[in-house]
Amino acid sequence: MFDFLEGYDVLGAFWTTVQLTALSAVGSLVWGTLLAGMRVSPVPLMRGFGTAYVNIVRNIPLTVIIVFSSLGLADIFGVTMGASDDFKLQGFRLAVLSLSAYTAAFVCEAIRSGINTVPVGQAEAARAIGLSFSQSLRLIVLPQAFRAVIAPLANVLIALTKNTTVAAAIGVAEAATLMKTMLENEAQTIAVGALFALGFVVLTLPTGLLLGWVGKRMAVKR
Amino acid sequence: MSSVLYDAPGPRARQRNIALSIVFFLLLALLLWWAWGKMDDKNQLEWALWEPFVTAQAWNTYLLPGLGNTIKAAALSVVIALPLGAVFGIARMSDHRWVRVPAGVVVEFFRAVPVLLLMLFAMEFYVRSTNVSSDDRPFYAVVTGLVLYNASVLAEVVRAGILSLPKGQTEAAYAVGLRKGQTMSSILLPQAVTVMLPAIVSQLVVIVKDTALGGVMLTFPELMSSRSTLAANYANVVPSFIVVGIIFVALNFALTTFASWLERRLRRSKRGTGKVLGAEDVEELNAAEVGGSFGAGAGGSI
Repeated sequence: MFDFLEGYDVLGAFWTTVQLTALSAVGSLVWGTLLAGMRVSPVPLMRGFGTAYVNIVRNIPLTVIIVFSSLGLADIFGVTMGASDDFKLQGFRLAVLSLSAYTAAFVCEAIRSGINTVPVGQAEAARAIGLSFSQSLRLIVLPQAFRAVIAPLANVLIALTKNTTVAAAIGVAEAATLMKTMLENEAQTIAVGALFALGFVVLTLPTGLLLGWVGKRMAVKR
Repeated sequence: MSSVLYDAPGPRARQRNIALSIVFFLLLALLLWWAWGKMDDKNQLEWALWEPFVTAQAWNTYLLPGLGNTIKAAALSVVIALPLGAVFGIARMSDHRWVRVPAGVVVEFFRAVPVLLLMLFAMEFYVRSTNVSSDDRPFYAVVTGLVLYNASVLAEVVRAGILSLPKGQTEAAYAVGLRKGQTMSSILLPQAVTVMLPAIVSQLVVIVKDTALGGVMLTFPELMSSRSTLAANYANVVPSFIVVGIIFVALNFALTTFASWLERRLRRSKRGTGKVLGAEDVEELNAAEVGGSFGAGAGGSI
């Protein structure tokens, strides 16, 4: 019954998906937090840049960004991510870069809405004891904001997991790429479809349940 | 809120802000200068590559038909997904376990599966099991994938919309003797539609963005795949990406602006309950929060 699996590395493909997700999650968290910091900063130019970045990136399809990273960034601008001779590795790294850049816009918005849940008095108290902008953001506001945004960030992480499939557009050997090959070559269409769908349910369901539970526990009760 | 994070700048803060602005500006300028130099090296700045975009031919042969197909697929998907989503959303709130549980499983399943997988599967399904012509297949597959995914997202939107209405509405309807079905169709749904409008419009942005996936992976002739034929014709990779990017941003930005205008207007209006589901509410739509059976909240709006 499972003979359609022969000759395919399904687990390997899903492992690539997991790697893409994990690396892009770290990248987008760092870049997204920086962007959120810019968007609330006292420097008008940084605020403007943050706003422009979020509005542009959120409205462009991820497909456009990922395909551009291969045809534009790598081929025209020469950004080969230190793997100019290894095409596969280069595609993987470019996918991580694009996914991070895209997801960061959503992370930034989640964190910014988290900052808005911190009571005004907290920031006022921080300023009253003489903390600077970056100190009050780092020590007072962001730690509380992060606790409030675990559940929204979990949603972003789940969306990121699903978005890694778009990396198939530049030929990264992840789950969707393998599914396409298997659909074309194997007779059991339904079984192949169900297998990959199940794989994603297995990846996303525990993430959501676990982080939802953590988010509830960590949220500051007000 | 952001202004609460810092005082009105004094002389020293003002100097620091100016210094930071200059450093940041220099960094941005450096990036632009680098990009400009690279584009110059690869001759992407030559006027010949940009010229097609001011002639009617490039627009009429490539971009406008592509944009038309993008909009066609997106519009058709939302038109089919909306009633389907309403059915599943209402079914998920049914009093009968045998209706509620299967509807919940279906919705959570399709929300957890990437759209690309649904599109690829639909494509293969149409190839093997139907006699849809090979020209129409990509369009059918894209719409099918988008409908399956977005119907389940909209089901959650509908559910959240109905649950956001005050309990008194249902109670009053029961008190005047309406049945459950009558309460839903003549009291709750009409009010919920108003509540959901901004959320539905912002879901359109997601649908428009996802059509591009069909262009690249399924050769559906929408904006992204007409970009590649255009770039193959004029050899203008970077200019074509910039123009297509601007088109997408303009289209989606218009939709986002419309959604938030709608949201503000509905919040202000005196009629209705003052409840509105905005774009951000959908992003954070989590089954656990809306009081669902089980579910992971599958990142609705990205």
